[in-house]
Amino acid sequence: MTEPLLRVEDLHVTFDLRRASDMPWTKPRLLRAVAGVDFELFSGETLGIVGESGCGKSTLARALIQMVPATGKVIWQGKTDLLALTRREMLKYRADIQMVFQDPLASLNPRMTVGQIIAEPLRTHRPGMAEGDLRMRVKAMMDRVGLLPNQINRYPHEFSGGQCQRIGIARALIVEPKLLICDEPVSALDVSIQAQVINLLAELQRDLGLAMIFIAHDLSVVKHISDRVMVLYLGRTMEVAAGHDLYADPQHPYTQALLSAVPIPDPAAERAKVMIPLEGDLPSPLAPPSGCVFRTRCPRAEARCAEKVPELTMGAHGVACHFPGPLVKTRKVAEPA
Amino acid sequence: MALLELRDLEVSFDTNDGVVNAVNGVSFDLAKGRTLGIVGESGSGKSQLAFAIMGLLAKNGHARGSVRFGGQEILNAPPRVINPIRAMKIAMVFQDPMTSLNPYMRVCDQMAEVLVHHKGMARAGAVAESVRMLDAVKIPDAAGRIRLYPHEFSGGMRQRVMIAMSLLCRPQLLIADEPTTALDVTVQAQIMALLADLQRDFGMATILITHDLGVVAGFCEDVLVLYGGQVMERSPVDPLFAEPAHPYTRGLLRAIPRVDQHGEELDSIPGSPPNMTRAPKGCPFAPRCNFAAEDCHDHLDPITEFAPGRWRACNRKVEELA
Repeated sequence: MTEPLLRVEDLHVTFDLRRASDMPWTKPRLLRAVAGVDFELFSGETLGIVGESGCGKSTLARALIQMVPATGKVIWQGKTDLLALTRREMLKYRADIQMVFQDPLASLNPRMTVGQIIAEPLRTHRPGMAEGDLRMRVKAMMDRVGLLPNQINRYPHEFSGGQCQRIGIARALIVEPKLLICDEPVSALDVSIQAQVINLLAELQRDLGLAMIFIAHDLSVVKHISDRVMVLYLGRTMEVAAGHDLYADPQHPYTQALLSAVPIPDPAAERAKVMIPLEGDLPSPLAPPSGCVFRTRCPRAEARCAEKVPELTMGAHGVACHFPGPLVKTRKVAEPA
Repeated sequence: MALLELRDLEVSFDTNDGVVNAVNGVSFDLAKGRTLGIVGESGSGKSQLAFAIMGLLAKNGHARGSVRFGGQEILNAPPRVINPIRAMKIAMVFQDPMTSLNPYMRVCDQMAEVLVHHKGMARAGAVAESVRMLDAVKIPDAAGRIRLYPHEFSGGMRQRVMIAMSLLCRPQLLIADEPTTALDVTVQAQIMALLADLQRDFGMATILITHDLGVVAGFCEDVLVLYGGQVMERSPVDPLFAEPAHPYTRGLLRAIPRVDQHGEELDSIPGSPPNMTRAPKGCPFAPRCNFAAEDCHDHLDPITEFAPGRWRACNRKVEELA
C-alpha cells in the first residue's frame, strides 16, 4: 500500500479562554475545538470535511499548517511530523501546502495589485527568480484560473467576488503545492458563480494531481467535489466514508439528521423527504457532554452513550457510534387533504 | 381582490457613481394566505423590493409605481398611513436576528413594546401575550427566558424570537428576508418547519426572499425569479422546477449540486451578474444567455402569461430553448 501524503493522528486543538485580567489561580476555561481527530489523505484525493458552525472544521485545517497551536501528529509524506517543526523548518513545507480562504476580498491585500498578490508566494518560496520569469508565470497562472492576464495591474476591489476567489486560487497554486486546503471557498459566492469556482477547482485538481481538503457547511457542494467525506461534531469525527457511500447509506444518526435537513431544489422530492428533526442547539464546546458528544440530541441515545466515548471504527466506512445502523425508513405521514 | 398588488414597481438609488436602478418594473399579485418565494442572486433587487413595500428604503432611494395592500395604496405613503399597516398587518423578519434586535433591551421589553405601542395593551397583558407567542415558536421555558437579553440566545433561538415578535399583532402578510441564511442547516430545517406550521395556523400570506432554491421548493406555492431587478419568470412551484421556462431559471437549476443526486460537472452560467449602475437596455440576462439573439441586447418583450398561471419575460419562445 502506498504511503499517504498526509496522516493525521490524534489531533487536538485546545484554546484557553482565560483573560489576561484573570487571576493566576482562576480555573482554566478550556475550549476543545478539535478533540482527537485521525485521518489519512492520499495524493490526488479530495477529502471533504462537513459540520455545523463551531464543529472545529476550520480549526482543524489551520492546525495542520501550524496556524493554531495543536498537539498530536501530522505526518507529511510518511516522514516528517509537521507539528514537531519550528517555524523556520516549517517554511520549507509551506510551499507544498497552500490554502484558499472563505472571504475572497478580505483575504487579498487591498493595497497590492493582482500581479503582486499572486507573485508573493513565489518571492517567498523561490527567492532569486528573475522578474521576467516571475511575471510570465503569474500571467500563465492567471490565464489558467480564468482571469485575463492583462488585468495584472488591477487592484482586488476592481474584481467581483468570484474573480477574487480565482485570484486566491491562483495565489495558492503558483508555488505548485501538493495539497490545497480550501476553507469554505464558495460559501460567500452566488449560486451561478459557485458552480464556476467548483468546476475550476475540480478541473485544476484533476490536471495537477493535487490532494485537496475541502471544508464546507454545504453538504451538496461537498458531495459534488469529494472522494471521501468526514463528518465532524464538536471537534470529533462522527463518520468518515467514501462520498457516495456516506450519502447513500449513512450509519451515524448525526449524519442522517444532517443529510435530511438539506433542502432539495425539487418540490416533489422535498415533500417526500423523511425529516429527522434535531432538537435544540449545539451544546457549548466549553462543557461538552460526557461519553458521546452527540447523545444530548441523538434519537438513539441510551445510558451507555453517556458513559463511554464511542471509538471510530476502522475500515473504509468509519462510524463513531454505539448504535450505528442504516436509517429506518418511516414514510412521512401524508397531510389530510 | 388580491391582498397585495404590485404594479410596475421601480426602485432607484442616487449614489456617487450615478443612479442605480435596483428594481425595474415588477408587478405581481399575492392572494390571502398564499406563500410566494422571491428568488435571486445578490444585486437582483429582491431585498430592495421588500424594503420598498414596507417603506423602509434608505434616504437616497426612490420608489415609483404602485403597491396596494388590501386595496389601499401604500407606496410612499406618509407615516400616518403606513405605520399602522406595517405594524399590525405587514410584518417583516430579517436575515440577521442579532442586528435587528436591540442588544440593550430584554426580550420581554422589546416584545411588549410592540403591543403596548400599537394595540394600547397594558404592560402586564402585553408580556403575558409575548410569552404565549414565544411558546408558539417553541422556545422552551418561554416564561423564564423572556427576561434574557438577545445575546443570551443562540442564533436559531434569536430568529425564533424575531419571528414571535413579528407575529404579535397577527399580521396578514409576513415578509421574511433570507430568514435562515445565517443559520446552520439543521437549524434552518427547524426554522422553516416552524414557519410552515405558523403560516398554516395563522393563515397569513408569506413572502419568502431567498437565494436558496431548495428552501423555496419546500416552502412556497408560487415563485418569482428576479434578475437585474426584473421578473424573469413567475410560476407555481412544481412546474417551475419541473419545466423551467426561462434560460436563467434553467441555468440556475443546473448550476446547483444536489445532495440526492450524483452529477459529474455542474453547468455553470458564464460571466457575472450585471452592474446596475449601467443597467442594460435589453434583457439583463442577455450577456450570459446561451439563447440570446441580437434583439435581446436592445429590448426585452414585456412579461406574458404563456400557460395558465405561468409568466415569463423572454424574447425567445419556450420551444426555441432546446
